[in-house]
Amino acid sequence: MNNLALIAILLIVMALAYQVGLTRSRTVATDGVRLHSRPGYYGMLVALWCGLPAFALLLLWSLAGTSLVELLVVRQLPPEIATLGERELSTFLRRVSALAADRAVSGTPSETELAAAAHMASLQTLGRMITIAAMAVAAVAGLVLARGRISPQLRARNQVERVITIALALCSGVAILTTVGIVLSMVGEAMNFFRFISPAEFFFGTTWNPRFSTSGDTGQGEFGLLPLLWGTLMVSAIALLVAVPLGLMTAIYMAEYAPAWLRNVAKPVIEVLAGIPTIVYGFFALIVIGPFLSDLGDLVGISIRTTSALTAGLVMGIMIIPFVSSLSDDIITQVPKALRDGALGLGATKSETIRQVVLPAALPGIVGAFLLAASRAIGETMIVVLAAGNNPVLHANPFEAVSTITVTIVNQLTGDMDFASPQSLVAFALGLTLFVITLGLNVIALVVVRRYRQQYE
Amino acid sequence: MTTDTLTIEERSRQRLATIEASLAGRHARERRFRRMGLGAVVTGMGLVLILFISILMRGVPAFWQATFYLDVHFDPEVIQVDEKPVRESGESASAFRERELAWMSRVGLVNWQQIIDEALKAELGEIEARQTRDLRALITSGERHALRDRFIEDPSLLGETVRLKMLASANVDVWLKGNIDRSLPDRQQQLSAQTREWADELYARGVITNAFSTALFLNTDSRSSLASAGLAGAFMGSLFMMLVVIVLSVPIGVASAIYLEEFAPKNRITDLIEININNLAAVPSIVFGLLGAAIFIGYLGLPLSAPLVGGLVLTLMTLPTIIIATRASLRSIPGSIRQAALGIGASRVQTVFHHVLPLALPGILTGSILGVAQALGETAPLLLIGMNAFVANVPGTPLEQSTALPVQIYLWQGNELRNFFEARTSAAIIVLLGLMLSLNALAIWLRKRFETRW
Repeated sequence: MNNLALIAILLIVMALAYQVGLTRSRTVATDGVRLHSRPGYYGMLVALWCGLPAFALLLLWSLAGTSLVELLVVRQLPPEIATLGERELSTFLRRVSALAADRAVSGTPSETELAAAAHMASLQTLGRMITIAAMAVAAVAGLVLARGRISPQLRARNQVERVITIALALCSGVAILTTVGIVLSMVGEAMNFFRFISPAEFFFGTTWNPRFSTSGDTGQGEFGLLPLLWGTLMVSAIALLVAVPLGLMTAIYMAEYAPAWLRNVAKPVIEVLAGIPTIVYGFFALIVIGPFLSDLGDLVGISIRTTSALTAGLVMGIMIIPFVSSLSDDIITQVPKALRDGALGLGATKSETIRQVVLPAALPGIVGAFLLAASRAIGETMIVVLAAGNNPVLHANPFEAVSTITVTIVNQLTGDMDFASPQSLVAFALGLTLFVITLGLNVIALVVVRRYRQQYE
Repeated sequence: MTTDTLTIEERSRQRLATIEASLAGRHARERRFRRMGLGAVVTGMGLVLILFISILMRGVPAFWQATFYLDVHFDPEVIQVDEKPVRESGESASAFRERELAWMSRVGLVNWQQIIDEALKAELGEIEARQTRDLRALITSGERHALRDRFIEDPSLLGETVRLKMLASANVDVWLKGNIDRSLPDRQQQLSAQTREWADELYARGVITNAFSTALFLNTDSRSSLASAGLAGAFMGSLFMMLVVIVLSVPIGVASAIYLEEFAPKNRITDLIEININNLAAVPSIVFGLLGAAIFIGYLGLPLSAPLVGGLVLTLMTLPTIIIATRASLRSIPGSIRQAALGIGASRVQTVFHHVLPLALPGILTGSILGVAQALGETAPLLLIGMNAFVANVPGTPLEQSTALPVQIYLWQGNELRNFFEARTSAAIIVLLGLMLSLNALAIWLRKRFETRW
């Protein structure tokens, strides 16, 4: 019986428990005695008492069961295997659990392995039976106990509501857990990486060549971050050069000049554009913009590669126009009308009002929007994977191919998941760098925007 | 000096003159500024229009493929297999299944290629033996499996002649659509001169037509038979992932938003969670991929390339979006609703679940749909958890190997047969964009339909 079936049965039992509680509370409430809560709450309370402990038991077994069984199996092993090194032991256990689950293993399993597998299988079955029995006991006990407690004075609603509130709070903890998970996994794996390569070499190295070098005797390859960082900054700068003027002017036009019907049409359109997958922009860069720029370069006599920093930056700029414009639009419309009216009353034209009153007033917010746009550009992956050309060399020519942090993460970590070599571990060091950069930009942006909001609230 | 001697009247007249003189220039600047704004809007829209048009122009033709209409003779000389087994009375289901499978594998050993060759020869007349290669380059290799499956389905075809639709090979499709320069010398052509001549001849005679092809929708990806590579596997993978996202991220996201907006005490921890969520919303998606690779695959040992893992990663990624949208929606419900409910004796939980939440539902739904649409189009994190592996089957469960629609686009754009796959990729993009835009349109419609101004 798998866990899903168990949960389904548990839910059915909980539904029954609800009915029991409901009926019980109605019987208690005869002779004009008023219940504290409505009958449904008594039902829910009984259902919770019946279901939650049983569910907790199931969770406990799912989390700890495997390690417990392994521990018991290891104890029963003949001494020559039990004293093996940690590595061999874990390989052994992996083979045994594969055998116990009737999966194929490489080679013919040995006598000891088969015995251990049989032992493990029996322990697993036993553990499972015990869990199911314990669940049944817990469910019935909870049901009976809760049913017995039902009385008109029982504050069932308050108890049920407390459980609901706790459940809601736990859900909001998932966000924290995610962040913790990101930080722990990044930092942990990056530390592993720094055992191979010193942080100084990584952060200040100017050569990126992660392949096993054939000439040097280190045999590690070179992992210098700077060419990648430089490429990232170059592409992002080009993107912002495209997106900021276009996005800001669009926002100004939308907020100050556009008639209502145009706003009503354009706003959803812009929103939809923000939802186009980046892989689509990447493909567009590769087959339309790249060749176009290359032809244009031939026309004026400069050599522009089809996949270059310029191609990627340009398309990334197109991608973040909607982002910049909708953020700036929100901020511009938040500037109080009194400021505009004052300027207009003094005889300023509309554009003068915008440039000399509205924009300066909105500046902090707009700066915040740009920082957010920059962080998005830095973290963007698919456009650069397809259109930047993957050439991790330090150079200042935007018409040449570059490589970025995100591209390199993809290149280093696709394929096999071998977390032992610096070649794949470097992805986490790069990811950590990326995370810190974007986090820094976001924090600054949020602080700036919050200040700005408070100013006008 | 002179100004001192001027009367007030003169001074004001002078000032007025200055203002009037500058007025033309200021109005010109005003017009210029306004035109710049309009220019920005037009440029932005124009660029996106170019994007859509270029993808549509490349992609739409790919829905039609060069297709053969051939009279195929199921020649008993070639197909020498016994009768399809029929279940006898008293035979157990597994024993019958075994006999059936054995029969199927015997059918699989039949030389189906020869059947196709004969059908082509019937159109082209006899050919020399050395031309067999050229002949076989006409029809995509997947068709012989399709023929086998058709026979397994209906063994009474034996000895019959049926008119069948068969996909031409990718190179023939490219050649007939003119997606390759026809004047290129032989060495640079993918097809031999003989095959090209045949293709042209058959096209002129109407044996090959450009017909709407369902292969793109019904088949899975293929490496050997490029012309019949389709999106079915990727579509199922994406569907499974979206199910995981909907089942996990919508309830968790809505619950945390309710807690933060309605119940959370204003303290340090709540502040921390808030800042956290805002930051998570802006963390690059690829970082979530790294998280998935390290935790779900490296630590928890979940299988590589599984839609379940992809769904979990995308869940974590969309969670902030849904939380932020839900909170905005809850916040827009006026306090008077809450006060009224509390005033007649409802508890806080009752107020929220009976009154506030139903009113906020349209906004929550809109935000959730947008979040799911965003997850549908995400590619980068999936590359890091191995979903870019080649998978030739439609996944049956969320734990089987699979790819996803955007990843399939990524894989196809990198295919060596550029001439064919540029169009195929664009067609896949059209399918993906179609799905996403309908989700977006649904969200916008919902908002318009149920929008309430308090």
